[in-house]
Amino acid sequence: MTALEKEIVFDVVNVRKEFPILASTVHGKPLVYLDNAATTQKPQIVIDTVTKYYAEQNSNIHRGVHYLSEVATFEYEKARGKVRNLLNAADSKEIVFTKGTTDGINLVAHSYGRKFVNAGDEVIISAMEHHSNIVPWQLLCDERGAKLKVIPMNDEGELLINEFERMLSPKTKIVAVVYVSNSLGTINRIKKIIDAAHANGTPVLIDGAQAVAHMHVDVKALDCDFFVFSGHKVFGPTGIGALYGKRAWLETMIPYQGGGDMIRSVTFEKTTFNDLPFKFEAGTPHIAGGIGLGAAIDYVQTIGLDAITDYERELMAYCSDALQSVRGLRIIGTAKEKASVVSFVLENAHPHDIGTILDREGIAIRTGHHCTQPVMQRFGIPATARASFSLYNTKEEIDALVRGIEKVKEIFG
Amino acid sequence: MSEVNELYQQLILEHNKSPRNFRKPDHTTHDADGYNPLCGDHYHVWVNVQEGKIADIGFQGSGCAISKSSASMMTAAVKGATVQEAKEMFEKFHSVIMTKIGEEIPEEKIESLGSLGALAGVREFPARIKCASLAWHALNAALNNSEKNVSTEN
Repeated sequence: MTALEKEIVFDVVNVRKEFPILASTVHGKPLVYLDNAATTQKPQIVIDTVTKYYAEQNSNIHRGVHYLSEVATFEYEKARGKVRNLLNAADSKEIVFTKGTTDGINLVAHSYGRKFVNAGDEVIISAMEHHSNIVPWQLLCDERGAKLKVIPMNDEGELLINEFERMLSPKTKIVAVVYVSNSLGTINRIKKIIDAAHANGTPVLIDGAQAVAHMHVDVKALDCDFFVFSGHKVFGPTGIGALYGKRAWLETMIPYQGGGDMIRSVTFEKTTFNDLPFKFEAGTPHIAGGIGLGAAIDYVQTIGLDAITDYERELMAYCSDALQSVRGLRIIGTAKEKASVVSFVLENAHPHDIGTILDREGIAIRTGHHCTQPVMQRFGIPATARASFSLYNTKEEIDALVRGIEKVKEIFG
Repeated sequence: MSEVNELYQQLILEHNKSPRNFRKPDHTTHDADGYNPLCGDHYHVWVNVQEGKIADIGFQGSGCAISKSSASMMTAAVKGATVQEAKEMFEKFHSVIMTKIGEEIPEEKIESLGSLGALAGVREFPARIKCASLAWHALNAALNNSEKNVSTEN
């Protein structure tokens, strides 16, 4: 296919029309939303699906014998099937609905960790993890008397896989690594990490929060033991996400939260637990969220993840070129393989000031440590300004970003 | 002028580029740390109080233009003042920057702040108010000998 043909395939103008919020103005200027790593905007179909659920289908699930309860249960479980399909998992029993990525990681740290991680054992994470993939493991290690080890990275923001292989030992009980870094944009070579860990007999959890909206994820091909993501980062509602876990692990893990629906029978003498995946789904879930997530998955699959990956790669290349030509600007995170995140610092202007001035131009970026304080420390900076793309962003918006940065430079000299 | 130009006016940019009293004084009697975990603004403030007066004051650290220029202007404003006067200046400054958007601030109130009045525009940027008040909170904590470490998230 020629470059021209490829460009025609992605109809960003019509895609944008499907996201009502993109027509907003901010401080009198058209919204330029470049904060997708923080959360993504929602297409009308997702908004309509959630509204329709509350207007026509709302009922509690799994327990009722009346019509609405059957409808709600059917729609919720259908959405679970869509998550299974998105990740190419073998079985819907391996898909646990959660509140999001953070909740999913905490679930594994608790349910797997408290059973399998003991005094003297080791947990390996990486130097570029989001706090949600650091703190639960720290809490676990403190409680169990285990040791936390960290895979280092180079100045480009790439993990040193050779170092990782040297860290593995019979004491290593789990490895938890991010697929795509939210502050550096690095796409980690997780297949290599998973294979090395498995050769050591160690399971692997992959934080896929920044991956699912940008690329195909195939948990079968990856052979990861756990995979977590958040619905709101893939055009779905907030407060919903999923954990994929290999059946063998989920069967042996102890429950995370106790309550209704995760039980089979309850007496004060003894309680037995429900089958998968319900064993890990206590209480009434975010039913509308799950169903909305299903609609978001349909939307993304209709457009096609390959088309999205290709289009975003174009945007990334355009943005990197444009920013590299701004004097005094340094991109933080220059891995060979990156996805949709550009963090940068500007001479003479603190990210916080960059963000405020860009905001007045209608441009939404994020500034700060992006919940990755260790990454900031590694690069010797207090914070970065971060632009992050999604399928509805355009080259014109990148041009606006660059004009905004020039304005910041004018003010700060 | 536009809100951005008012916030980032010459005086503020100047204090950011060349902050006053940007050092640890030779003799200090009080000090405190100020930290905004949300954006990484981090300063330490030292004071030398002699006979109820702020004989010397200095600060070190790093952060955004608003926090640094505010810290710089603060040290210039309180040096030589009594501890009581410094606390009153903080109350006045704080009440000006916390005034709701749309509410009028009397001209005399802003004028009585002297050059600190340049930061009055920060009230149009609610997310940045903590930046403007960080060093003042640290100074207050130092003078009260209360907590040694002030965070904007307490």
